[in-house]
Amino acid sequence: MVQGTDRARYTVLPLLSLTGILVLWEICGRMGFLNPLFFPVPSRIIASGISMLLDGEMQENLSVTLFRVFAGFLLGTIPGILLGLFMGASERTRLLLDPVVAALYPIPKLAIFPLLMIIFGIGETSRIAAVAIGCFFLVLINSMAGVRNISRVYFEVAENYGASQWQLLTRIILPASLPLIFTGIRLALGTSLIVVVGVEFVSANYGIGAMIWNSWETFEIEKLYVGIFLCALLGLLFTVVLKKAEERITPWFGHQVFPDQE
Amino acid sequence: MKLECRNICKLYGEGTTASRALDTISFETGEGEFLSVIGPSGCGKSTLLKIIAGLLPPTEGTVTYTGDNPGTPLNSMVFQEHGVFPWMNVIDNVAFGLEMRHVPRKERYAQSMEFLKKVGLASYATRNPHELSVGMRQRIAIARAFVNNPAILLMDEPFGSLDAQTRLILQDELLNIWSEHRKTVIFVTHDIDEAILLGDRVMVMSGSPGKIQEIIDIDFQRPRDLRIESTREFIDIRIRIWNILRAEVGRSIGGDNHGAGN
Ligand SMILES: Nc1ncnc2c1ncn2[C@@H]1O[C@H](COP(=O)(O)OP(=O)(O)O)[C@@H](O)[C@H]1O
Ligand SMILES: [Mg+2]
Repeated sequence: MVQGTDRARYTVLPLLSLTGILVLWEICGRMGFLNPLFFPVPSRIIASGISMLLDGEMQENLSVTLFRVFAGFLLGTIPGILLGLFMGASERTRLLLDPVVAALYPIPKLAIFPLLMIIFGIGETSRIAAVAIGCFFLVLINSMAGVRNISRVYFEVAENYGASQWQLLTRIILPASLPLIFTGIRLALGTSLIVVVGVEFVSANYGIGAMIWNSWETFEIEKLYVGIFLCALLGLLFTVVLKKAEERITPWFGHQVFPDQE
Repeated sequence: MKLECRNICKLYGEGTTASRALDTISFETGEGEFLSVIGPSGCGKSTLLKIIAGLLPPTEGTVTYTGDNPGTPLNSMVFQEHGVFPWMNVIDNVAFGLEMRHVPRKERYAQSMEFLKKVGLASYATRNPHELSVGMRQRIAIARAFVNNPAILLMDEPFGSLDAQTRLILQDELLNIWSEHRKTVIFVTHDIDEAILLGDRVMVMSGSPGKIQEIIDIDFQRPRDLRIESTREFIDIRIRIWNILRAEVGRSIGGDNHGAGN
């Protein structure tokens, strides 16, 4: 009974606000409060989306964008986690590389995109590289913080019970920093959407960003909104999937991670 | 296995800001002895245990283990903050030391299960620590140390954070397991009754810097239980220890008041 209402609360309430906004938007549009040239009502946007789905235009753009996002995400996240763990665990490495990271991290990743095109050429590689770099620093910084936040006593237990360096890494450092690694991954996925759309604005023929940009140039305003809706949907999907994964993989998070604070 | 500490000194920090945590600590333990260590908070008990465990280097002095212990670790520690890993389930926590020594999974689970039974947690083997109470987590830490089969057990205020009833139960369990395995135990506590009830001897320490004031023989028959606490001898020993500690605490409180200008 209690569980039932809990589930209702956790799924219905968030959906309620989303549909509420859409319904409100629709009503305002139909009552003539919104200029349909700039703000078409959701039902027309959705209709436009469905027709793009039927003629394959949507799948074409979506698949290209998703490929760039995931390729860049994997290429940036995996080395980011590894280097972040390493920098967190080794003070020497951290002292050596921290200034470099601190200097490079704040540069907007779109700002270096022209440079990437010079290096990798105008093609898929430079686009994926931009996404990868955006992900890399976010997961690096969070993984490093994850290691540095590990309570000292866990290291003492590991040492006292004879853990080797490898065991220390796989049984203590990696799992203990998972919660912050997840934070990095969440931020990285969000950033990869931002970067991929920006990159597609300027350098691609296909992809959600290119689709939005082309719709603007040809003033197909509904298509433009379809692109924005797709971005929102992707963002939402990433968040939900990650949250589920987090609950499964780090169920202890929020409980007793720092034993001295009990 | 016997342990000998000779002239152990420990300074924290360097140069003029260094503070002396331990001052010429010398004692030895007998074979299979249960040595209680009691002293005011901050007198260096944890520091001493970590030096004995090899987790901290002493500034001066030596720790010597004598006797043979084929194939088993020298010491295992139950930490003051217990250090149960939230990312491992109960049985993996208990089996941690065995895992570090590459004992095959089946065998380490079998051995761990035996000790989980002894601390009454057999039915929680596959649960996660954050689902358990503080007292249960402390039992995990104790089982983890015992199953590792060390020559010497080091226990740092293992019952310090427990309520009175749980504490009594765990004291009883600890005595039972110890009487079965007869390991040398160094047991740190700030509870006078606990120190006497459990120990063959009680080492009374004073603070700033940490020193041994006296080592008192406790001659009660084993197996012991709560009933000895109402005997004349017990009360005499308690008063004797209290007098040493009170002089010590009085000195430090007096000093503080003076310093604060009261
Ligand atoms: N890592 C450390 N660095 C500096 N001082 C420390 C450190 N650990 C403990 N101390 C100091 O050493 C003294 C003894 O600490 P500790 O061994 O934890 O005492 P106890 O366990 O008896 O409470 C305290 O004054 C404490 O502040
Ligand atoms: Mg202590």
